Amino acid sequence: MFSASTEAAEVILKSGWFLENAFIIPIIPAVAFFLIIFFGKKMPMKGSEFGIVSMFAALVMSIGAAYQWIQRVNGVSEETYVKPIIRSWTWWQNDGVSLGIGQHIDGLSITILVVVAFISSLVQIYSTEYLHGDRRYTHFFASLTLFSAGMLNMVVAENMIQLILGWELMGLCSFMLIGHWWEEGANSRAALKAFFTTRTGDIGLLVGTSVLFFAANDWTQKTLGVSGFSIRGLSAWALSGDPSSAAITVGAVALFIACIGKSGQFPLHTWLPDAMAGPTPVSSLLHSSTMVVAGVFLVARVYPVFYEGMNIYGNSVNFIVLIGGVTIVIAAALAFVQNDIKKVLAYSTVSQLGYMMMGLGAGAWLPAVFHIFTHAFFKACLFLGAGSISHSASHHSFDMKKDMGGLRKFMPITFSTWIISTLALCGVFPFSGFFSKDEIIDNVGYAGYNFFMIVGLFGAFLTAAYMTRATYLTFFGEPRGAAAGEHHDDEHDAHASHDDHGHDAHGHDAHAHDSHAAHDSHDDHGSHGPRESGLIITVPLILLATLALGSGFLNAPAFGEKWENLKKWVEPRAEVVSVTGIAKPAGAHGETRLAAGSEEPVDDGHSEAADSGSHSKAEAGKDGGHHYSDCGSKTPVGGVCYAPQLKHAPFKWWKAGMSVGIVFLGMILSWLLCVQLYTRKNKKLVGLTERNKALGAGYSFLANKYYLDTLYEKIIVRSIAHPISRGAYWFNQNVLDGIVNGAGTSTRKTAGWVYRNVDQKLVDGAVNGAGTSAENAGGALQPVQSGKVNQYGALLFGAAAIGALVLVIINF
Amino acid sequence: MLLNQFLMLGAVLFCIGVYGVIVRKNAVLVLMSIELILNSVNINLLAFSLRNGTPDGHTFALYVIAVAAAEVGVGLAMVLLMYRNRRSVGLDDLSEMKG
Repeated sequence: MFSASTEAAEVILKSGWFLENAFIIPIIPAVAFFLIIFFGKKMPMKGSEFGIVSMFAALVMSIGAAYQWIQRVNGVSEETYVKPIIRSWTWWQNDGVSLGIGQHIDGLSITILVVVAFISSLVQIYSTEYLHGDRRYTHFFASLTLFSAGMLNMVVAENMIQLILGWELMGLCSFMLIGHWWEEGANSRAALKAFFTTRTGDIGLLVGTSVLFFAANDWTQKTLGVSGFSIRGLSAWALSGDPSSAAITVGAVALFIACIGKSGQFPLHTWLPDAMAGPTPVSSLLHSSTMVVAGVFLVARVYPVFYEGMNIYGNSVNFIVLIGGVTIVIAAALAFVQNDIKKVLAYSTVSQLGYMMMGLGAGAWLPAVFHIFTHAFFKACLFLGAGSISHSASHHSFDMKKDMGGLRKFMPITFSTWIISTLALCGVFPFSGFFSKDEIIDNVGYAGYNFFMIVGLFGAFLTAAYMTRATYLTFFGEPRGAAAGEHHDDEHDAHASHDDHGHDAHGHDAHAHDSHAAHDSHDDHGSHGPRESGLIITVPLILLATLALGSGFLNAPAFGEKWENLKKWVEPRAEVVSVTGIAKPAGAHGETRLAAGSEEPVDDGHSEAADSGSHSKAEAGKDGGHHYSDCGSKTPVGGVCYAPQLKHAPFKWWKAGMSVGIVFLGMILSWLLCVQLYTRKNKKLVGLTERNKALGAGYSFLANKYYLDTLYEKIIVRSIAHPISRGAYWFNQNVLDGIVNGAGTSTRKTAGWVYRNVDQKLVDGAVNGAGTSAENAGGALQPVQSGKVNQYGALLFGAAAIGALVLVIINF
Repeated sequence: MLLNQFLMLGAVLFCIGVYGVIVRKNAVLVLMSIELILNSVNINLLAFSLRNGTPDGHTFALYVIAVAAAEVGVGLAMVLLMYRNRRSVGLDDLSEMKG
């Protein structure tokens, strides 16, 4: 196979309209955003139609691009590097540095494009019902659409600056949407916290981008003719052997700090659970499935930089694996002490993001990207399910202990979609989470991180346990509080007692602004008790649950090579490409291929026929050090690589069986504990944390979220911000006010002087004189002298325009 | 070509300024519009100066800025005066010069 592709020196890659014009995808929602802002309130659906239509258009274009990309990949052999479709236009230029804006479309960006467009569409449809009658309905849709524009722009970004643009747009929209019900103090505090915490990380993004630009620009300009911001350039540069280890390490660490902030990794994860103060569709779209994976996406996007900078596949534990592993366990443990169903899901999201990061850190690029893909579906489904419960069953409360329980009888659709997504999240066999999460754990172990493989398995155990607890509290047992049909009036007391649940504002808002129709529909159901949500809410749930069930089969090595479609379509191939070959595909291309081929194992041609080609390749990699393709720090002269050679763990049924067993163990233990604690009220277990000092200390350590918030707010912020704000206040009072007052007084004095001397004597004299002479000049010009200054101005400019016209005509 | 973009910017600013001078009824806003016009002229001066590679345009722009500052000083004084006399800065009230 290899020699065959060498003979066919010219590789013809298919392309298509959707691929060539993928840059339009983010423009559609951006236009829709302005339409909503300007015309939304006048439209029959208050602007939501623009959002929904734009998201569907983006979805259609994304799927079209995905189809054409698959055609493109299928058209070449499995070893060939599939060139991404890169287009770029000059955005601005200054002193020789020109910055492009454009598209970089490859398997990764198309995967995320489809996910974002799909979930955005469903969430927007869902929101038309969930936020029905909200006082800022139009603005909600505007923010949601702008968010999608920002995310899609980040995904198609051709260079780091364009990526930052999308990244910051998402941060802004996250802020606006978390604080959507800002009348409640807790909500606006949560919005500020999210914004500032991610901004802390974003400093790393700016620093990292600058460091990499200055380190890479010379090389990329000389070799590829692109700037050091370009993603293609950075990837090739990182693997070229040109970068100094200091520069690339600093750049990678700085970029990773941004990912820590954005993707809620330890220790900057504290904003994400608080972000649940936003409306549930927002939590579903931004804070579980799309925006928070931006950090993971960034690592995957410029993976070569991290690969070299963090020394992935090296001998020591690298930063990314460490942070990912710590995040998995820390967040999963916190999910046990939450009573708010959305906070359980939020910590679960943090924990799953930890898996993705750990996978990337251990070289499991594809499983991590695949986990972004599957996690988006089942976590969005879980969040929308929680929204469905609060919307229809628990009077806008999210408290599992107070207002839920026994809901499986009342909400069969929500219940079954929830169960499917929970099983997917836990990683039970045929569900999608199994195929992605298990691959991550497996590959982490395969890369030599035995300890972190155990961490991953322990995380899976915890995940199964806390999700079982949440499911039990929500859907089983006896209905409690609002779920038991307690009347509206009780709700107000409940609100007062826990005002940290910002969503309650929604309850008041929606009901205050709902027309009577909403109340009538309540009455139609006979009581205020729980009921199933309407079709607008359940249809997105069903669609997402279907994908949570089925999307795992896109990449299922369990069933053999043929099922590894995503690997074939998405993973970049580590082939050495000649630099001239980029400009024109023919010519020197074949030569470099040959050079690359000399180190390849001879039997590689049979890898298609052999039942586990990846296995034999990976073994070859083991023998020949970790760079068994030439891609890496010793890329041959005249060629570049865009992707490092990645290892893939061979699928073993006993490993999968072991992890599924651990998951079931977690479920069963948690179930038994829940039955004892919440239903039977076992005297030995209930109140154990109050009686046992060690357990009590552990509980309050968890309940206080490891005191991280205290550390940030009481110690760091107070010690840094308070002196600054005091200083600023002093400066404001003494210096600025002095200047302003002084300026005011002197202006007044000057004005007084001008008034007395200039105006009274000179100007008035002149004006009076002019007036008199004008009067004397005759009545012909009298209508012109209307006394209106504006009219005088118009005459002046009109005359100047005529003069200019005459000048042009004369000179012409 | 970059020069075109500068000139376009200047033209747009100039038009906004002229629009403001003609349409606005508030004396302060008219003064601000005049500032816009002056600055659009500055942009044109700088653009041509960059293109010709001579510092003349820059010098001129500095003069314009100085003159504009003086103009604003005088203008604001007049507005203040107007306000003191009439308790309003609306230009519609100033029709004394009607012939």
